[in-house]
Amino acid sequence: MADIILSIKNLKKYFEPHQSFAQSIIGGGQKKLIKAVDDISFDIRRGEIFGLIGESGSGKTTTGKLVMKLIEPTSGQMIFNGEDVTRLDKEKLKEYRRKVQMIFQDPYASMNPRFKIKDVLEEPLIIHKVKATIEERTKMIVKALEEVKLTPAEEYMGRWPHMLSGGQRQRVATARTLILNPLMLVADEPVSMIDLSTRAEILYMMKEVQKELGLTYLYITHDLSTARYFTDRIAVMYLGRIVEIGRADDIIDNPLHPYTQALIEAVPEPESGKVNIIKELPIYGEIPSPANIPRGCRFHTRCPYATDACKTEPEPELMLDGEEHYHACRRAYEIKAERSAKAAG
Amino acid sequence: MNSLLKVENLEMYYFTSKGAVRAIDNISFELMPGETIGLVGESGCGKTSLGTSILRMPTPPGRYVGGKIFVDGLDVIPLPEKEVRKNIRWQKISMVFQGAMNCLTPVYTIGHQMMETLNEHADMSRADADSLIKEYLGYVGLPPEIMGRYPHELSGGMKQRAVIATALFLKPEIVILDEPTTALDVIVQAQIINLLKKLKKQFNLSFMFITHDLALEAEVSDRICVMYAGKIVEFGTNEQIYGRQGPAHPYTERLLAATPRLFKKVEKLHFIPGTPPDLIAPPKGCRFSPRCNKAFGRCFEEEPPLIEIEPGHMAACWLHHRG
Repeated sequence: MADIILSIKNLKKYFEPHQSFAQSIIGGGQKKLIKAVDDISFDIRRGEIFGLIGESGSGKTTTGKLVMKLIEPTSGQMIFNGEDVTRLDKEKLKEYRRKVQMIFQDPYASMNPRFKIKDVLEEPLIIHKVKATIEERTKMIVKALEEVKLTPAEEYMGRWPHMLSGGQRQRVATARTLILNPLMLVADEPVSMIDLSTRAEILYMMKEVQKELGLTYLYITHDLSTARYFTDRIAVMYLGRIVEIGRADDIIDNPLHPYTQALIEAVPEPESGKVNIIKELPIYGEIPSPANIPRGCRFHTRCPYATDACKTEPEPELMLDGEEHYHACRRAYEIKAERSAKAAG
Repeated sequence: MNSLLKVENLEMYYFTSKGAVRAIDNISFELMPGETIGLVGESGCGKTSLGTSILRMPTPPGRYVGGKIFVDGLDVIPLPEKEVRKNIRWQKISMVFQGAMNCLTPVYTIGHQMMETLNEHADMSRADADSLIKEYLGYVGLPPEIMGRYPHELSGGMKQRAVIATALFLKPEIVILDEPTTALDVIVQAQIINLLKKLKKQFNLSFMFITHDLALEAEVSDRICVMYAGKIVEFGTNEQIYGRQGPAHPYTERLLAATPRLFKKVEKLHFIPGTPPDLIAPPKGCRFSPRCNKAFGRCFEEEPPLIEIEPGHMAACWLHHRG
């Protein structure tokens, strides 16, 4: 049995939509809950990079916020390092946040422009009241900068954020999370705002740091193309649910859920000979609103393979295929046969 | 065949208090009817500057310093602004600006904002404009009711479709697309790319497709123009850049190596250390030399000219010079 660092059980997060004053007085009409996260369960193993993949509106960012405990779940349970962390008081929450740190999407907005890099890195030590002398703090800052390969560290400490490139800033952001010796990092689209040439640099650096320090990552992204290189396991989310979960290689080479198949086929590959081809995408339209989740299988409105059963029968639960590859499609094997027959002509 | 657009030795600098930023530094190329040219490079290499320059509206403090831009054989640089507005911009060349879908005004309906474009560039009655808008919404796969909606009621993909429709109203021959799918999810991106390919055929358009994503460029562009530090460093057909033999310039090679690939197992991702140079005082010799892993003595001294290395394939690199 693998060592589990974070276990999520039947987690839900429903938001209540805004109501106007008049509506609240009349009380008329049913309030439609926005089911951003709708009963998800997964385990993250110690020392792995776990990828959470989906489109905007799939609930991946809400899940990240729940894991960071920036918002409270509607129901469900979260167990971190053997401890129930579903509800925490202020003290415990601070302790939890020290162990679970976050890397934000925009390296330009996540740093105070009036702070030198030294101050940016010292701030978490102040917030968490880390007892240390000035020399000890400086040592910690230098160590964190060296871990993300910003050397000579002393030179970078005196710089301002505007003097750094996007890649360097994301390194500083990573160093800032490392300074408190966390166990797990939550990274929500850490490279989507960064140029392609630097994107690889940041992912490479994050992976090196992860290996060296034995960290666990929850990596949230809409971009599958980096997932094979970067992650060990992947969960694919659609409209608040996990539709497929397994090892990154299995998911990419042998996707079983039609949504995962569509996500994969949509990714462009840098190869010649495709200019005059209109790509046939195995998916219709755009993602529906989480306030209006379709009945039956929630993917059926966009699925080219949906049958009547998919529209009327209750939603399928995750089913096991092989060793540790789960999917939530009742027609997975029929679809696979259909697709390979079509590919064969 | 005559070219639709011909850019000759174009130079456009940004005149800042610190000095002239040579954003477009002696660029020449031709766009043929029905062709898509892809402009690639990192941020700050001059892709967008080239786009707005072709539209004859360099962003201030940018000014043309030299060169010519021929649209249907007519040099547009010396034309008065009024003339450009009446006959060139949007009639001949239009542009889908980067992030345009996020620049729609939240307080006006989509229809109102599309109408503004028509009022600005064409004389037509309200009823005609109305039916024209509806017609074009249909071409991009949006229902006519969209006209009465506000931007916040639309998804990113729908907004981008509306912006594309607006660029096509006045039947341009050339459309400049600046990162038209960058903020979108992969599936929506693929849908928009399919739409662009369909529209290109339907209206016999030529595209300039600007993106930093080489994988995406492979799917849309007939020819690829790689820019670095305000210059063209490589220009070739889709096959020459993405085909088996691989690109000719070390910069293209390394950009391609840094592009993540879904179906190949990669042990190590490659990247290009450093950033594009300051264009107020670009490095001596080849501008890429400080970041190039193949640079040798001559690269740091002399700037390599853009030369033809095989038919239709140009590169600016000393590695391809014999003798």
